[in-house]
Amino acid sequence: MTKIVVLVKEVPDAAVQKQVDSSTGRLDRSGEKTLNPFDTHAIEAALQLKESGALEVDEVVAITVGPSTAVKALHKAVSLGADRSIHLTDDGLVGSDVVGTGYALAELIKRENPGLVLAGQQSDDGQSYAVGAAVAEYLGWPGLTQVIKLDVDGQTITAERQAEYGYDTVKVTLPAVISVGDAINEPRYPSLKAIMGAKKKPLESLSLGDAGIDASKVGEAGRKAVWTGSQQPPAKAAGELIEDEDTAATVEKIVTWLDDRKLI
Amino acid sequence: MAASHNGGVAPSQFPPPVDVVEEFVAAPTDPEDERIEVGVAIVGGGPAGLACANRLLQLLAEDPELLESLGEVPVAVIEKGKVCGAHNMSGAVMKPGPFKTLFPDVDLNDMPWAYTEAQDDGAVWLRNEKKSFSFPTTPPNFKNKGNWVISIAQLCRWLAEQAEDAGAYILTETAAAKLLVDGDAVVGIRTGDKGRGKEGEELRNFEPGMDMTAKATVLAEGTWGHLTGAAVKRFDLAAGKDPAIWEIGAKEVWKVKTPFKKVIHTFGWPARPQKKQAEAGGGWIYPLGDDQVSIGYVLPLHTPDATASVHDLLQAFKAHPYVREILEGGERTAWGAKAIQAGGYKSMPKLSTPGAVIAGECASMVDMARLKGVHMAIEAGRLAAESIFTQLKAGSNDYSSYETAIEDSLVGKTLREVQNNRPLLDAHSLLVGAGLSGLDFVTKGKLPPGGGPSLHRDAEVEVSIPDKPLKDRYPQPDGKYFFDKLSSVFITGNATRDDAPSHIRIEKHVKREVAEAWAWMCPAGVYEIEDDQPKEGFVDVTVNYTNCVQCGAITARGGRLTPPEGGDGPSYQAT
Amino acid sequence: MTNILVYALHHEGAINKNSLGAVSTAAKLAGELGGEAHAVFVGEDVSDETAGSIGSYGATKAFRVKAQAGVSQPVVDALDAVLDTGDYGYVIFGGGLLGFEAGAGLAARRGGGLGVEITGLKVADGKVVAERPILGDTQISDIAFEGLGVIAARLNAFEPVESGSPVTVEDVDVTFSDAAGKVEVVTRGEQRGADVNIEDASVLVTGGRGLGSAENFSVADGLAAAFGGTAAVAATRAAVDAGWFPYAGQIGQTGKTVAPKLYVGLGVSGAIQHKVGMQSADNIVAINKDGNAPIFEFADLGVVGDLHSIVPALAEAIKAKKG
Repeated sequence: MTKIVVLVKEVPDAAVQKQVDSSTGRLDRSGEKTLNPFDTHAIEAALQLKESGALEVDEVVAITVGPSTAVKALHKAVSLGADRSIHLTDDGLVGSDVVGTGYALAELIKRENPGLVLAGQQSDDGQSYAVGAAVAEYLGWPGLTQVIKLDVDGQTITAERQAEYGYDTVKVTLPAVISVGDAINEPRYPSLKAIMGAKKKPLESLSLGDAGIDASKVGEAGRKAVWTGSQQPPAKAAGELIEDEDTAATVEKIVTWLDDRKLI
Repeated sequence: MAASHNGGVAPSQFPPPVDVVEEFVAAPTDPEDERIEVGVAIVGGGPAGLACANRLLQLLAEDPELLESLGEVPVAVIEKGKVCGAHNMSGAVMKPGPFKTLFPDVDLNDMPWAYTEAQDDGAVWLRNEKKSFSFPTTPPNFKNKGNWVISIAQLCRWLAEQAEDAGAYILTETAAAKLLVDGDAVVGIRTGDKGRGKEGEELRNFEPGMDMTAKATVLAEGTWGHLTGAAVKRFDLAAGKDPAIWEIGAKEVWKVKTPFKKVIHTFGWPARPQKKQAEAGGGWIYPLGDDQVSIGYVLPLHTPDATASVHDLLQAFKAHPYVREILEGGERTAWGAKAIQAGGYKSMPKLSTPGAVIAGECASMVDMARLKGVHMAIEAGRLAAESIFTQLKAGSNDYSSYETAIEDSLVGKTLREVQNNRPLLDAHSLLVGAGLSGLDFVTKGKLPPGGGPSLHRDAEVEVSIPDKPLKDRYPQPDGKYFFDKLSSVFITGNATRDDAPSHIRIEKHVKREVAEAWAWMCPAGVYEIEDDQPKEGFVDVTVNYTNCVQCGAITARGGRLTPPEGGDGPSYQAT
Repeated sequence: MTNILVYALHHEGAINKNSLGAVSTAAKLAGELGGEAHAVFVGEDVSDETAGSIGSYGATKAFRVKAQAGVSQPVVDALDAVLDTGDYGYVIFGGGLLGFEAGAGLAARRGGGLGVEITGLKVADGKVVAERPILGDTQISDIAFEGLGVIAARLNAFEPVESGSPVTVEDVDVTFSDAAGKVEVVTRGEQRGADVNIEDASVLVTGGRGLGSAENFSVADGLAAAFGGTAAVAATRAAVDAGWFPYAGQIGQTGKTVAPKLYVGLGVSGAIQHKVGMQSADNIVAINKDGNAPIFEFADLGVVGDLHSIVPALAEAIKAKKG
């Protein structure tokens, strides 16, 4: 029997217009929050492995790092089918960069000692595509990101993903960290009963101290990628407009325009 | 207001393919051990439903025995929006009384959703596209000193948080699809299915709805009550009453350079309030703190001009120099649209039936003379809770004491006083109507004598495109100051699943006049007549239902809205 | 002196264009920093010629590490080893999946800072500052690094610029981590042409409601075929709603987000819901008979006219041009 840890994150609802706080350079994360949509695919992947028996899973544990409101993302995760959840929350985490977050998550995962870690390939807000790989590095485990198909055979996972030159098929030996894309599955809707029962499932809340995490490696203290300012992208030049009067002439103009830009 | 005969076509000639009682009322079907049993099921996480939830939990906190008897889930709020408030949009100026009664220890100054306590107010007549006339004294119905300008979308979020902290189950992203009836009593609701495809087929992640049985069911569904409508029909609750009628409002929130201080109501331009056009519309401009204003426009949904579009009227309203001066240099940050129940007391259905009560706007509890409903919704929710609490203790499902409580409350009193106000305005030209309704207002409904005109269904008013259509007054969208419908829907955060089944029931093959009226009416661009359709006679209407912001106007105008899959629709933040 | 290390992705004997762009940019930045740009190749069979040719894009050294290509673990180990041999301030990945993956792993291993989706690099006060577009590319934030700066660029962020000449290749022996031994590439670069992914197409011909019918999508197919290569056909929500095109090919708020080199909209009105899915396209061409269509507000080339007469002729003309 083994355990699957799913890394989840609370993100601003994609529907809500987002802004950057000009004083800190961080995303203004006020407004509606939701479970990162990509993470629902990771949870679904975990459940499918468990339900199909492809992996003998006795427990699916959702883990998040974030402010107190992130509890809602964990509730959503357990309503979707995770058995319990862990919430690392501490003022010392504010301002963590991807690498710091990866370190903190890795420390939490070590406490759980799972056979497999699943994550969404990107967060709706930060879009770093990177946390999974950082976590794998800190754990010293193999990691694969942007996985769209997953098969387990004993201790071996066969994964497919779309890489630079086409589709790659890669085998990794467990334990491993796999980040999945949204093409991997169609997440289920939580049942009403599961939603109502979500608050009753175990939720462990930890501080940095509780989890034995080195505070100097996270938060502002551990931040190595520093926002220094922002600017508007250069304005796009106004487009050209052709009123079609003579088809042949119009076509010639279009072809010339495309050719000038090496688009043919 | 009599149906006008202008050679037009009434949308009611094309009834929607729906049998409300047959489809939306049912006995429980889930096996008993699979049903979700709750104490009180509240349909709708708006001000009425959430006030009811909060009051119930206040009362239950003092009565552990009754609380215990209600089981694991004493109070459940069923809300189809992503969160409570996601589908709420209002002006909104709130009279603070009922809120203070419900939360005596809360200071409105500390509430993030209460922006401005009104110090000054005014009424303005926009005579034409340039001229305006500010009344030297504000008409009494538009006096607002001491009232609070709020965001109802944010108020609902706050109320939901309070209720949840007190022990309510707030079930968002959940539609109440059917009213469960056993014999002659309401016994709960059935939630909507999720994961159906375009043709209604079950997708791979299909999740069926569930029967939720309750000792009491509170219908607090807001402007268009899906189950309220079913209950009214099933139990004949509107006998002897006027039909429900609606108006429609569109709103924008603007970040502005200069603080705006007054609560302003306007009438006149760009609507034409002459008797012939019957466009008794008007605008509002409210301060939302120091750097924002709420601006909106309201129009009845029974205007004979098929090109009446409240979204575009709001854009035209913004073109008026009086408004432009306030918004100049600012930026639009939010948009929303919603129908408003306007029938008042005359359309108020019987408010209870065994097992259920109806509260808030779906029970026609809107004061259209003052353009206010939030405080009445809160009051009605509170009174519903108190009646339910008493009857639960007595082991009864008879909530008729709630009806008496409403009659005796500020809700009943206010609605009775203003019941002829709007009909008088509608039945006459602006000046005569305003005079009569003003007289009616100051005499608290005693004058003019005769009880006032009765109401006709909005959908029975014939529509046509006149020689001088209202659309000629609409400005071209520029994406900066004037906006089109789709970019407005976009900023509501509406992301309805594209392969969901349509939740809008209309007859799609209709006379062009009716199709035009729907297309112009809809603030979200749901109804469309494609270029290849005939210019006259019958056309096919294209329904872009995924644009829908759940405003409810189609229900007024001859169609039938039903709730979409839970979680779909807009995600209003600041409206 | 600060040197910059670049990971050179390669496949079937050719260096990835994004890596060449990264090297060219690294060479320019290194010049400003008073250092050099060096490149690292990881693979089983990287020839001297292939690796050495990176010098023609400004690298002054090419390191070669023998390990399987196509996964990030050996790349992290290889770069980690090379970083130990010199004075490096930054590592740049040209873009693509491995760049993000190896970049994150390397930043974690070395305790460095990571910047992803970077579209621009500049030197300020003797340090490299990375530009990262955020909020749907409506703003660009500047990122500076403390310690090692690891930069994973967005695809096509940097153009290759030829300068310098081929260099000698230095082989590096690397002790690989356990994790590297637990990953095995089974197949790489498999082509599944039948279902061209619209997110990867370089040219996207998109049909909107103005196309008129499902049959008329053949007009779009014809134009895409004329462009050839990784040109594909996509659709707006209206066209998908009408049942003319499968949902998998829908661009927009509730569909896919694409950033092709060329987007051609046929009968596309350009509502905001569609625009948010394709506004990052490098070149936007719109053909629509409605001159008031919003797409003309942001098209680089707008054609007001009947697509049914223009597009078939355009397809022929493009074919003729290509010869």
